[in-house]
Amino acid sequence: MGINKESNSYTILFAVIMVVVVGGLLAFTYESMKGTIKSNQENEKKQNILQAIGIAETSGDDFDRKAAQEVFYDFVKRRITLSYDGEILSDLSSDDIIDSKNKMDAFNIDLRKEYKLYGKKVIKNNKGSKEKLAAGLAAEDRIHYPLFVCEKGDSTFYVVSAVGTGLWDDVWGYIGINSDCATISGSVFDHKAETPGLGSKVTEDWFQDQFVGKRILAEDGVTRLNLEVKKPGNELNEHQVDGISGATFTGAGVAEMLERSFVVYQNFFDNNPEFKK
Amino acid sequence: MAEVEVKEKEPLFSKKNKRLITDPLNDNNPVTIQVLGICSALAVTVQLDNAIVMSLAVTAVLVIGNIVVSLLRSLVPPRIRIIVQLVIVASLVILVDIVLKAFVYDVSKQLSVFVGLIITNCIIMGRLEAFAMGNKPWASALDGVGNGLGYGFVLIVVAVFKELFGSGSLTVPGFDKFQIFAEGSGYLHNGLMLLPPSSLVLVAVYIWIQKTRNKKLIEEH
Repeated sequence: MGINKESNSYTILFAVIMVVVVGGLLAFTYESMKGTIKSNQENEKKQNILQAIGIAETSGDDFDRKAAQEVFYDFVKRRITLSYDGEILSDLSSDDIIDSKNKMDAFNIDLRKEYKLYGKKVIKNNKGSKEKLAAGLAAEDRIHYPLFVCEKGDSTFYVVSAVGTGLWDDVWGYIGINSDCATISGSVFDHKAETPGLGSKVTEDWFQDQFVGKRILAEDGVTRLNLEVKKPGNELNEHQVDGISGATFTGAGVAEMLERSFVVYQNFFDNNPEFKK
Repeated sequence: MAEVEVKEKEPLFSKKNKRLITDPLNDNNPVTIQVLGICSALAVTVQLDNAIVMSLAVTAVLVIGNIVVSLLRSLVPPRIRIIVQLVIVASLVILVDIVLKAFVYDVSKQLSVFVGLIITNCIIMGRLEAFAMGNKPWASALDGVGNGLGYGFVLIVVAVFKELFGSGSLTVPGFDKFQIFAEGSGYLHNGLMLLPPSSLVLVAVYIWIQKTRNKKLIEEH
């Protein structure tokens, strides 16, 4: 062959062709599968919301993402978007089908994106002072707080969500609250990149099930309690759960995000007594 | 190419080709003898299922990467060959990631960070550079299988010890967790076994046993 593989022109030509081919291939693959990936993620979100009110347990093992898709509107009756101060920005009922173009629909709120773009900055600037952090978050109107009002049988549940930072990257969760606005009915946590086998255990049942029945409001109905993730092996009270051995930072991240987000929902429930039953 | 072209057709599983698979399992193990891929051997051996899935993923990428690089070996400009290999591995991994997310979302969730970690596995670059650049596609594919299995074997051995003594259970993909030591049987969880340092000790013990059994692996100093 007459080609000199050592020459600059051949090297550059090869590199250009390679980049075009690889770039094109990846872009084509992603574009052609984007729809499937997105619907997978949306169905997972529906599944998570339903898990937080304990649908998965009552429906048995065959409750998967597909099933969640079908029964979502049967259980989730209202989708409310809140501001930090508890103002209702959007309130849709189960008759309004989710439209991905409606960015204010509570279901379409991209928590992790808002947290990454706006929330993290506020938290970083207001480290160490809860009052300052609250003021900072209140001033940041680009962060929204979704609230799903669900009905199962005769009971009402409120599913709220939270997002925070674990050891390596984002952790987030959906937490179901009973209609007394005081006790937890269920929780689902997920993470982007926590250490496999350690922090990644937040997705396991034993960790999530611990939250069931824990209180965010003391029995007097006034005193607010923060859910705490303790070192494993301690005596636990009504608002504490066992952490994961070897994953202290993941546990701290979960506790932090719950504390920060629950303030919003607790304010909302206090100011809107019709929700508290 | 340093290798002499063999004229007569070689059987697919000739003695030489079989050695490509068996060597990395023992005498030339990528983890214990070449000490490559140690990083993931430390990190993803806390649960058995993670180790198995990671081994399969690395083997898949190693085989496909080896074949692609071997096919392109006479075209790749020598001066940028490492970059070319890196691009091939990285795009393979991203492709795998996208396909998993679209079609087997649950597996993709289980793999999570592992998919990205595959790119950084030194065994892959090592085999592409040391073997696929100088050998035919079939031999390269076998080399990929062999090294993937050799890597996986060590990973699984380490994971069995870590999970069994760290949390008293064994997790097999597709099944529930098997609790081997029940609570209250005198067994206590051992947090140290779950942390990366214990993998170093386990890998070192593995090397010790391997070299005791096979004296020719001991280097002269």
